[in-house]
Amino acid sequence: MLEVRNLRKRFGGIAASDGVSLQVKQGEVHALIGPNGAGKTTLIAQLSGSIASDAGEILFLGQDVTRQKQYTRVKAGLVRSYQITSIFQRFTVLDNLALAVQARSGSSLSFWRPVAAERALFEQARAVAAEVGLAGKEDALAATLAHGEQRALELGLALATRPKLLLLDEPTAGMGPEESQRMIELVDRLRIRVTVLLVEHDMDAVFRLADRISVLVNGRVLATGAPEEIRANAEVRRAYLGDAQSLEAVA
Amino acid sequence: MFFVALPIVLKAADQTFYLSFASRVLITALAATSLNLVLGYGGMVSFGHAAFVGTGAYVASIALAEGIPSAWIGWPAAVLASGLAALLIGAISLRTRGVYFIMITLAFAQMVYYLVNSMKAYGGDEGLTLPSRASLGLGPDLGDELTFYYVVLAILSLALFSFHRLIHSRFGRALVAIRENEARAEALGFPTLRYKLVAFALAGAAGGLAGALLASHGKYVNPNILHWTQSGTLLIMVILGGVGRLWGGVIGAAALLLLEHVMAEHRFAWLAALAPNYQQHASLGVGIVLLAVVLYAPQGIAGLFSKKTHA
Repeated sequence: MLEVRNLRKRFGGIAASDGVSLQVKQGEVHALIGPNGAGKTTLIAQLSGSIASDAGEILFLGQDVTRQKQYTRVKAGLVRSYQITSIFQRFTVLDNLALAVQARSGSSLSFWRPVAAERALFEQARAVAAEVGLAGKEDALAATLAHGEQRALELGLALATRPKLLLLDEPTAGMGPEESQRMIELVDRLRIRVTVLLVEHDMDAVFRLADRISVLVNGRVLATGAPEEIRANAEVRRAYLGDAQSLEAVA
Repeated sequence: MFFVALPIVLKAADQTFYLSFASRVLITALAATSLNLVLGYGGMVSFGHAAFVGTGAYVASIALAEGIPSAWIGWPAAVLASGLAALLIGAISLRTRGVYFIMITLAFAQMVYYLVNSMKAYGGDEGLTLPSRASLGLGPDLGDELTFYYVVLAILSLALFSFHRLIHSRFGRALVAIRENEARAEALGFPTLRYKLVAFALAGAAGGLAGALLASHGKYVNPNILHWTQSGTLLIMVILGGVGRLWGGVIGAAALLLLEHVMAEHRFAWLAALAPNYQQHASLGVGIVLLAVVLYAPQGIAGLFSKKTHA
């Protein structure tokens, strides 16, 4: 579904992506792990098109999208979410989601007809709100939501665009154990209809969700494989020296 | 309603000068409202809006000077020319952000200003006196102040109604979303640059219509209409009236022009004691009022009347 070849990105003297190669298969949850500063978020930004790549290729559904604009990739079904919550703070939950639905359904070069009259838009937005656990919060301003609810809305925005491949950047960032649990269950339910590339620090979440795992270290993929292989991989253990316990904990 | 009844009141009070003044307020309100689309809803601080008002004014004036009196030709031509100018200037300027966007729109506006200044065939820096106002060719004579006032009022009303529809349409929602969080809007699949450019061009076109009306109103146009201080004045009007509010441009234009007029025409003894020739510096009062608005009514005058949060 997604094939990344030798992707590069430099920021000044630092190679954030230093020849990343990666394959994501249709229908899998593919986790991307790695120590802080490994270049996970940079890679997500490159894949989604928020930042341009210096070299390399990104193939999505057989198409070369390396030079495509972000909105073109979104239309094709390649959609990202953000580690640092990025929602429309001064919109209500429903308006946030309706906007995302609007982005993929029909043209927004419509200047006369009130959006409020488009019932289909809001029905779909309500469905997404219910799916991510925000039923009953539709009329709340996004800014007034609790952190966990904002994270749910963050995911809801991406889902409302009906992605084929979802680039999920740390969905459980900053969440308590209970909230994390709900988020993990939510992502688990998504797998039947969306392929997911999941960046995650919470090893518990990674080993529960992932079909395959890739380990990113210093802007390169160190290893890719099934969770058991990754857990047993000596190189990975070395790279995670400081984090060895988090691997042990779930071993 | 107030604006419809205004001429009757003025006539009763024998103050027909104010009828012409009221027309100018309404035209300026149209210009400020068009800027509010860009500034208030698009979040783009354009410091060159006078270029589009001026382009419209000059295109309409040149049509008149060349013996084409019909408003049906001159005004649409003005709208088209300003819209195209905005499309061109916007396409380049919108690649920049923040202070750079402010500076580049200002630079483009100054280029247009000097271009018009050097158009010797059309008066150059002396300006261009028009033989008459544009003509509708339908009977009502725009030379008549009352007729002109009502035509301007009708145009402004139509423009405000369109503006109202626009900001609640799909396009309007997308535009506000881009203002609020451009990166996320792009990540949802909106081609943000394109939407901003469309808004910029629409605002330019509406500004051009205001320019065409302004030229007819005074039967005279000169390059000062394009001067960067005019762009600044329009910005002040929007901030004064209410950024991102439907009536912000109208309220701001009315408040500012009235204030300037009062400062210039009436001698306040206490102020004169402080600054004897303050009447030659009407902007002093404007500065004080603007300061007060920014400090005490950051949502503008329109914000004082509405508890609703920013659109």
